[in-house]
Amino acid sequence: MRLDAVGKRFANGYAALEGFSLALKPGQFTSLIGPSGCGKSTVLNLMAGLSHPTSGRLDWGQAGKPDIGFVFQEPTLMPWATVAQNVALPFTLTGRHAAMDGACEEHLAKVGLAGFADAYPRQLSGGMKMRASIARALASRPALLLLDEPFGALDEITRFDLIDQLLALWLGHNFTTLFVTHSITESVFMSQRVVVMGGKPGKVLADIMIDEPYPRLPSLRAEARYAAWCGEVLEGLRRAT
Amino acid sequence: MSQLWRILLPTLVGVLVLSAWEIAVRILEVPIFVLPPPSAIAVSLVTDLPSLLDSLIFTLKITVGAFLLASVAGVSLAILFAHSRLAERALMPYAVVIQVTPVVAIAPLVILWTGLDNAWTALFILATLVAFFPVLSSSLLGFRSVDRGLRNLFRLYGANPWQVFWRLELPSALPHMLAGMKVAGGLALIGAIVAEFVAGSGTATGLAWRIVESGNRLNMPRMFAALLLLSGTGILIHVALSALEYFLLRHWHESKIRND
Repeated sequence: MRLDAVGKRFANGYAALEGFSLALKPGQFTSLIGPSGCGKSTVLNLMAGLSHPTSGRLDWGQAGKPDIGFVFQEPTLMPWATVAQNVALPFTLTGRHAAMDGACEEHLAKVGLAGFADAYPRQLSGGMKMRASIARALASRPALLLLDEPFGALDEITRFDLIDQLLALWLGHNFTTLFVTHSITESVFMSQRVVVMGGKPGKVLADIMIDEPYPRLPSLRAEARYAAWCGEVLEGLRRAT
Repeated sequence: MSQLWRILLPTLVGVLVLSAWEIAVRILEVPIFVLPPPSAIAVSLVTDLPSLLDSLIFTLKITVGAFLLASVAGVSLAILFAHSRLAERALMPYAVVIQVTPVVAIAPLVILWTGLDNAWTALFILATLVAFFPVLSSSLLGFRSVDRGLRNLFRLYGANPWQVFWRLELPSALPHMLAGMKVAGGLALIGAIVAEFVAGSGTATGLAWRIVESGNRLNMPRMFAALLLLSGTGILIHVALSALEYFLLRHWHESKIRND
């Protein structure tokens, strides 16, 4: 699946992207990192079909457009619905009730929210809300998972926890992942590939492969090669300014 | 403060005030047509109850009918405006005109149109006009306050317009709708009473007319009894709508959550 020389110009004339190309390998975990306003979120929105390119095109390959899961910056849960109803939303809206059996409970358990099915979002902490949001995005078993700085608002301990959980889910199901982030360390620790974006309109400044096997242990954060990759990403980001 | 005290304290204040009132009126020998003692009001409330109840039911029918129509019309228009800027631009100014024009000023006109022997309809229309705007403006605010992220989520999963309305917009707007309806409940009663005052006698025999009539006859105890019924009705409407609000929002809305 790839974006081919895609441009996005908003109605007010602001060009977020111009001639932007990015190809994702199926099953790959890719991070998209860049300064605020470089068009990272626009890339996600284009892929999700929430907005449409003003030039260029999206090429989904032979399989056609896959099922997509989206994790937003905010947990984006319906406050009037229970956790279970929130996680079941993709099934409710697409009418695939048959596929729902067990999928919601299963994914709630996988993100560590078993027993919270009947709780309302307000009863959950910020980290737990984000877990519910991830469970919702994955419950319908999408082939492509898009995440838009999902852990930005969380404290570091919760964030490390959620990173481990997301990686475990990815290893188990091998969906293609595009993870938009501000955090260099987050991107290096999680991804097989880090794409550095920058400039206005945004373009790819660096494309770095992180050649490190999974599962990645917390000790990786103390390794010299980890620091070197972080340095490489930082170098790429410097090119933006 | 314990639960008992929270009930006992205001009750105690009420008893004290009523006692002081009763004693003061007796000692100072205040004429009954200036200020009747609470005991006389209580007696009047009991002896005049049949006729007062008739009037109460008359007023209550108008109030409840006007409240329901205002709620349905207000919410419906809010839905229309939320989905069509064109409709809002075309109609909103007229809704504002209805809101800012004092009901007292248009009452004679409406009564003239419906005919004096058709006072019920006139009062019903006037009370509805008074109650309608808060529902419209609150609901419209509600429908406009739908979370953008949730909207995107619904689009991502290809929700149809009906699903967006039923599962997203309506629940999002509900707290605002209920707030507007709470205001409208009180206003419908006020509208029904004020309009009846303006209508004068005619065929209207609601609580407002009881108050006017009692005043003309210097029957102050009955006037107070009617007033008492009136504020009791107002309180009842408020309590009922608050209960409805609590019931619908108790699980999820910040305003209904106790610190636990």
